Amino acid sequence: MSSPILKLVAQRVALGILLLLAVSVLIFAGTQILPGDVAQAILGQSATPESLANLREQLGLNQPAYLRYFHWLGGVLTGDLGTAMSSGQDIATSIKGRLWNTLFLAFWAAIVAVPLAIILGLIAVRYRNGWVDKLISGLALASTSFPEFFIGYVLVYFFAVKWQIFPGISTVYDGMPFGERMQAIALPATALTLVVLAHMMRMTRAAILNVMQSAYVETAELKGLSAFNVIRKHAFPNAIAPIINVVMLNLAYLIVGVVVVEVIFVYPGMGQYLVDHVTKRDVPVVQAVGLIFAAVYISLNIIADIAAIVANPRLRHPK
Amino acid sequence: MKTELDYLAELAGHGRISRRAFLGRAAALGVSAAMMPALAGKAFAQTAVKGGIIKAGLQGGESTNSLDPALNLSQVTFSFGKLWGEYLVRLTPDNKLVNLIAEEIGASADAKTWTIKIRDGIEFHNGKTVGAEDVAATIERHADEKSKSGALGILKNIKGVKASGKEVIVTLGDADADFPYLMADYHLVIQPNGGKDDPNAGISAGPYKVSVNQPGVRHGGERFANYWLGDKAGHADQVEIIVINDATARLAALQGGQVQMINRVEPKVVDLVKRIAGVSIENVSGKGYYPFNMFCDTAPFDSNDLRMALKLAMDRDEMLEKILRGYGSVGNDFPINEAYPLFSADIEQRKFDPDKAAAAYKKSGHSGSIVLRTSDVAFPGAVDAAQLYQQSCAKAGIKIEIKREPGDGYWSEVWNKQPFSLSYWGGRATQDQMYSTGYVSTADWNDTRFKRPEFDKMLFTARGELDQAKRQAIYHDMAVMMRDEGGLIVPFFNQFIDAAATNKIGGYAKSPIGEMMDGYALAECWLNA
Repeated sequence: MSSPILKLVAQRVALGILLLLAVSVLIFAGTQILPGDVAQAILGQSATPESLANLREQLGLNQPAYLRYFHWLGGVLTGDLGTAMSSGQDIATSIKGRLWNTLFLAFWAAIVAVPLAIILGLIAVRYRNGWVDKLISGLALASTSFPEFFIGYVLVYFFAVKWQIFPGISTVYDGMPFGERMQAIALPATALTLVVLAHMMRMTRAAILNVMQSAYVETAELKGLSAFNVIRKHAFPNAIAPIINVVMLNLAYLIVGVVVVEVIFVYPGMGQYLVDHVTKRDVPVVQAVGLIFAAVYISLNIIADIAAIVANPRLRHPK
Repeated sequence: MKTELDYLAELAGHGRISRRAFLGRAAALGVSAAMMPALAGKAFAQTAVKGGIIKAGLQGGESTNSLDPALNLSQVTFSFGKLWGEYLVRLTPDNKLVNLIAEEIGASADAKTWTIKIRDGIEFHNGKTVGAEDVAATIERHADEKSKSGALGILKNIKGVKASGKEVIVTLGDADADFPYLMADYHLVIQPNGGKDDPNAGISAGPYKVSVNQPGVRHGGERFANYWLGDKAGHADQVEIIVINDATARLAALQGGQVQMINRVEPKVVDLVKRIAGVSIENVSGKGYYPFNMFCDTAPFDSNDLRMALKLAMDRDEMLEKILRGYGSVGNDFPINEAYPLFSADIEQRKFDPDKAAAAYKKSGHSGSIVLRTSDVAFPGAVDAAQLYQQSCAKAGIKIEIKREPGDGYWSEVWNKQPFSLSYWGGRATQDQMYSTGYVSTADWNDTRFKRPEFDKMLFTARGELDQAKRQAIYHDMAVMMRDEGGLIVPFFNQFIDAAATNKIGGYAKSPIGEMMDGYALAECWLNA
């Protein structure tokens, strides 16, 4: 690895940290603008003026907003995410389990979706404009066009209710045997796969097709290489940068954008956790989750950038 | 009589009354001797089976929930509280008060000093014996002015609590003949030292010990071996509540066999669920209602003619049919129905009358449209209900403008703040509690701004009145006043609609007091052998 790459990585990381800080300010401001506060949200319809005042006092909501922000920031910098205002539980502990669940689901969805998308993309290019290409593209686009909840319910209807192969609710918990856990996430992982598949597949197809116009591909064809080998040896390596980009974007989506799937399958991940706490105006939790989501997004983008550079000899060895 | 007999049979099935008592009481109900052996056989064939895991998929749980019973609000914490918690008293499905930790509750002649005698030999999950101090501390914690308890509102009248020997003596500011009923409130779980040391400990004397507590995901309990009523509840070895807020997922979980019971079946799918083999719909009329609230002190609703016009323009039958699919009963513009003790059934039912409504509207002199605020969260179908109402009002020449508000923030920004909005109320144990929570001048939740000294006075008189007939007469007059002059439109009372896989579990006995057998479903049902 040469030093320009190190320098680039350092720059990106520094920028990422700055972005995270900006994100935290934005989230904090956002939660302040929302109507109502955590005390009202906790007590809900049963809020009496006395109990509201008591709870506000106890939660320290009487301090000015900027003080609360810096207090929180100080905690985060020392590794303390604080405690949830609504349930009094330690945020780091609750998030750990939730984050692990989200990553677990995203990981298995990605393990299936990414290779599948790329292979389907390659096949589509190989038989481009033929019926195979059209079939693959058609199905993938259809699965993406359906809203997630629809795919979710269709899967539940057939696999959980009609044939009873997989459970319709994916409640997972600590100490659950691996096999059962896998069975529990089968349906949400399938739904997620179907949702992200087309984007990656179409991008792979488009990127490779783009490269296929190049002179060196023509040369390779004239050399007598088989169509598949042309794609594998010459087109794919040169098309990898945009593919990595779209894969990373979709991975980020698998982690931060799965609220709907989590709700339908009752999966205890980060999305549901975030939504619950937004409705309760539980600022510390919203901050922590927002920060983690932002961190995931930013780091995956950094990885995508770096990978694109590493994959490109011209960027790797600048003159 | 039918229902009472059913209830007796259920009691017998649960082993709550002996066969002899069952036959005696059934005879008192006029069941012929020839019928009886068959009936008793049916009831007693239903014997509880011990063992297994019962699972329920419930709506109404968030990852923000805690184990502190003072903060219990949604359905999951409500049901879970009944599993691990033990109470002083509870209400049976026929509105009778049954003593639990309280062995006896007695009042002084002026109904201002109440003595609760604590039952011997009840044990907390941590091995400690339940004593009078624990009970006193619990009441103290919830009644404390600084408390965050959802029960604070109904306990404000308590001036002093002290434990002496095996008794707890509670002094009230004003006389209250209904005091024992207040103790059945679901927040009032008796905790060691009242939960003052650690309100989130999840320790009480209920049939199950808390074994899993993942708010918003699942809650589990293991049978408490030393539960004092072990033959009546705590049949399954383990119980588990899985939080499933999505209605479709809940139903799928029941169909797929992952859970044996669910709450909150949507009225629109009830007929479909009925067709599923092995699943039964357990619906029961409750005390909850879905009101249209008008502020009596805010123009234009300060005119009783306008309020009357808006009440007469409500087509209750159509509402009930279209919004609740018939799973409810029509309301009569006061918050009480036959599920309450001391209800007077002879109050005339208000009917949809566009002509009278138009006349009253004209008399009020109002012109222009009236803004009605609604939201999905007000109650299931609240937006549709507002639209239906808009149409029925149009027939009387009243123009309603619907404003659809976001669900997030509805309870803090719209309800009890805007002069005409949709809402929901869960019922309360007694008429007194219902009126004092929402309809006396001083109530914080007086969401119709109904402030009438005469009304307050009647409520107050009834509260201290130990003669039931006189109390009923006062409640009758209050209901009529509310109906004719109040700011409340009650199109309907709802039903609790649960569904249970009755091919797998036994002992489901629905209760009008609350959903899921008033929260006791997991503790009192059993898995069929």
